[in-house]
Amino acid sequence: MSNLLLEVGTEEIPARLVPGAMRDLEKGFRSALRELDLKCEGQISVDATPRRLALVAEGLPDRQRDRTETLTGPSKQIAFDPDGNPTRAALGFARKAGVAVEELELGDDGKLTLRRTIAGQRTHDLLARVLADVVLGVRFPRSMYWMGKGSPRFIRPIRWLVALLDGDVVPVEFAGVRSGNVTWGHRRLGTGPITVNSAEEYRSGLRANAVLLAAEGRASKIVADAEALLPAGYELRCNQRLLQTLVFETEHPTAVLGSFDESYLDLPEEVLETVMLVHQKYFAVEDSSGAMTNRFVAIANSASDTDGVIRRGHERVLRARFNDARFFWQFDQRSSLSDRLEELKAVTFQASLGSYWSKTETNLEAVAHLNEALSVDASDAKGALRAARLAKTDLTTEMVGEFPELQGKIGGLYATAQGESQEVADAIYDHYLPAGGSGPIPRSLVGQLVSLADRLATLGGMFRIGLMPTGSKDPLALRRAALGVIRIVLEGSLAISLDRLVAIACAGDNAPKLRDFLLDRLRFWLQESGGFGADSADAVLAASDAVPVDVLARARALAEVRHTSDFEALAVSFKRIRNILEQSGTAESVHGAKLDLALLEDGAEADLHASLQPVGARIAECNAKRDYATSLRAIATLRPALDRYFDDVLVMAEDDAVRLNRLVFLASMLRALSTIADFSLIDAGPAAA
Amino acid sequence: MLTFQEIVMRLKAYWARQGCIIQEPFDCEVGAGTMCPETFLRVLGSEPYNVAYVQPSRRPADGRYGENPNRLYKHMQLQVILKPAPEDVVDLYLKSLEEIGIDLSKHDCKLEEDNWESPTLGAWGVGWQVMLDGLEITQFTYFQQCGGLDLDVVPAELTYGLERLAAFIQDVESVYDIRWNDRWTYADVRLADEEQYSAYNFEEADVGFVWEEFNLHEAECKRLLERYASELAPLERRRFPLLAAFDQTLKCSHLFNTLQARGAISVTERAQVIQRVRNLAVAVAKAWVDQQRYSAGEAV
Repeated sequence: MSNLLLEVGTEEIPARLVPGAMRDLEKGFRSALRELDLKCEGQISVDATPRRLALVAEGLPDRQRDRTETLTGPSKQIAFDPDGNPTRAALGFARKAGVAVEELELGDDGKLTLRRTIAGQRTHDLLARVLADVVLGVRFPRSMYWMGKGSPRFIRPIRWLVALLDGDVVPVEFAGVRSGNVTWGHRRLGTGPITVNSAEEYRSGLRANAVLLAAEGRASKIVADAEALLPAGYELRCNQRLLQTLVFETEHPTAVLGSFDESYLDLPEEVLETVMLVHQKYFAVEDSSGAMTNRFVAIANSASDTDGVIRRGHERVLRARFNDARFFWQFDQRSSLSDRLEELKAVTFQASLGSYWSKTETNLEAVAHLNEALSVDASDAKGALRAARLAKTDLTTEMVGEFPELQGKIGGLYATAQGESQEVADAIYDHYLPAGGSGPIPRSLVGQLVSLADRLATLGGMFRIGLMPTGSKDPLALRRAALGVIRIVLEGSLAISLDRLVAIACAGDNAPKLRDFLLDRLRFWLQESGGFGADSADAVLAASDAVPVDVLARARALAEVRHTSDFEALAVSFKRIRNILEQSGTAESVHGAKLDLALLEDGAEADLHASLQPVGARIAECNAKRDYATSLRAIATLRPALDRYFDDVLVMAEDDAVRLNRLVFLASMLRALSTIADFSLIDAGPAAA
Repeated sequence: MLTFQEIVMRLKAYWARQGCIIQEPFDCEVGAGTMCPETFLRVLGSEPYNVAYVQPSRRPADGRYGENPNRLYKHMQLQVILKPAPEDVVDLYLKSLEEIGIDLSKHDCKLEEDNWESPTLGAWGVGWQVMLDGLEITQFTYFQQCGGLDLDVVPAELTYGLERLAAFIQDVESVYDIRWNDRWTYADVRLADEEQYSAYNFEEADVGFVWEEFNLHEAECKRLLERYASELAPLERRRFPLLAAFDQTLKCSHLFNTLQARGAISVTERAQVIQRVRNLAVAVAKAWVDQQRYSAGEAV
């Protein structure tokens, strides 16, 4: 058994890409082993820092297994002439196989056969052949070449390679690097090259040179160090994304506690947090009540900060950033949001759709339509219009110029500062919500209206100029915008039809396309967020896809009853009815015909018909109150009558008139009972089958 | 404590020892050291070239009338081009910091992803911003494409932000407090620039005049490029003034920035004007690569 150590020494890999590179490296290595028929008995582990990807495979075989190769040639009749001499065909086969014709034998199938053993190659030699491809097979979104046009690509230059199989260097060479047994430690805390002969020496060599190889080790050191620094009563706001970034931005993380002047706490917490978290990659620190304090934790890629040099440096940068923010805040107050409307003419929304000024106009129209469609009360309607008018104006502020990720929020904060009503300010603040598939929607109806209008106007505009997404590509995030529409409507319980939403966004040929696009997101939401099965989603949408909130109400009711035994049996019966109707091939005549009560047979058929009447009335009554669960339970009571019907009644009767009448009966029943969901689309569990 | 000019001189001396030509600033207005011919044109082709120079870089929209402690209409970049990038280029760079008194063993130094792209130059590269105790002090780029052309060899470009570096080393809060030398501060030397050019770019620049200038420089550049594309004897081709055509491109780029700061470029125009400048830059780069063959005597 052999152990492999592979280390790819690089210049600093972007932190966000390291985890993916680790996965790719392991995947590529495993698939190379499979292709080489090398079975690894032990573990394969991958670790990484910004400057290295390291793979250790334990328990590799020393060589491939020997394998038997069987080559089959021409049959005896073709291979030998009547005198028993080999023909040209036989000679050709032997030559191709590289043996004398005498070495061939006749197989059981009467064909010339060569059976030979191929010795497995040494793992060492095989790895020498494939490791370059394994390394270069790691995929990155924007790679580079560094040895000249056409040379291998990687995310940053590869500067050294360690490839050791049981202490022997596996020779690998590409892009100006040749494998060896020499690695390097931390850029500043390491001392020169480190010669290693095994994975153990590698790990200890790195440790001695200030590199903590294991990502989890660095993560726990960051958190533990930071918490140890905090005085009692202070808590780290341990943002997990930031933590992950810092783990892959450092080889030797050390926490440094800094502070800033308390007067900066007057700035909005959104701004403070963005500066610290996003721009400076510092952890914020809160007190026991959860309020932000004037402390922060920076993570240095260093061993210690004994002189406080690092702390003072980070404090200085943070002070400058906060100063900027304060300057922006004060500067921005020189003109109010409404004064900024005109400036929106100079801010492009989309080249063919014009500026944010025209975008605002379109949004306002959409809000007006929504107000009407949803019968929004006068005060909210007015608030929504006001908020929509001001919503984009923060794009002209210095603050958003500096912190684009705070668009909307800054507008909301400025609106409050400038005396707009809280409703309006909150709506502006929230109007980019929801940000995606999860996360909140705007907290108030006013905010929901503005956000909805913004998205509908965007979708309508983009569809109009032909920028709807194709395939998996969606550079303008229109799927997300459409999902936002669906989420706001569903989660905000806004009773508006898809058709109305589409009509607000666009007209003409694009309308049906946009409707399908929204419908697709509705289906997606039902399955992914709603947790309804694909069949349930199909069933409720087949009954009607007109009003999303109604679809959701029916899906919920269906979820309540669908796993009861009566219901699953019903689903089976409905499927049967559908099949009968489809196979009878009489759709036309059934469609046109009227049910003839006189032709109903006494017993199961007449009973089913009789029990349908009260159930139908009950459904109508409950559906009107959107009490779909009660309707469904009413439908479920039909099970015994339906079961008996199928036991006793032969639908495809000999008599033409009777047969047609039965089909008409079933069709009308199916129609009457499918207002909530098309039950025939529901997969019944095996118990009911 | 090192003064501003000592920092500059030490860095220049360091890069001179690494075999760089020490050039003087380019004499057209540019937004960044990258735009100078010493970078933009020299990175094309496969000839090695190592050069360092300070480039005053004008960004009209960034002016703040001298009121903001960190933002400048014109700032100084130390631009270093190492073509091809040596294997130990990152170490060479880090040693340059030691050269100006930064003891890296006491600091937090990180190379954070920062890719660079200039649509007006048809150029991009990948690299980092070098963060020293949380402060971005240098942009480090491996060029991949310039003037829309894949580069034959990959140069490293190091761009030091000299004001930031000096403010850091001198531990001052405002760039205007930087000691330029023992007697004068940065404000003494440069404040008037900032005040007056902010006023010019935001208030005074005559939009009609600047537009006209833009169109004239564009026309001159195009005229030259057309001439270059016509029948020329090898000698004429070799000494054809493509460098002058590139000056015209840079003029256009700067005038565009001025118009932009002045708020004179409408929404629909902006992308088109960028495209116009880019077309010039890309055409000059193509012609330049062609011309190198004549200079090298290959295509006679």
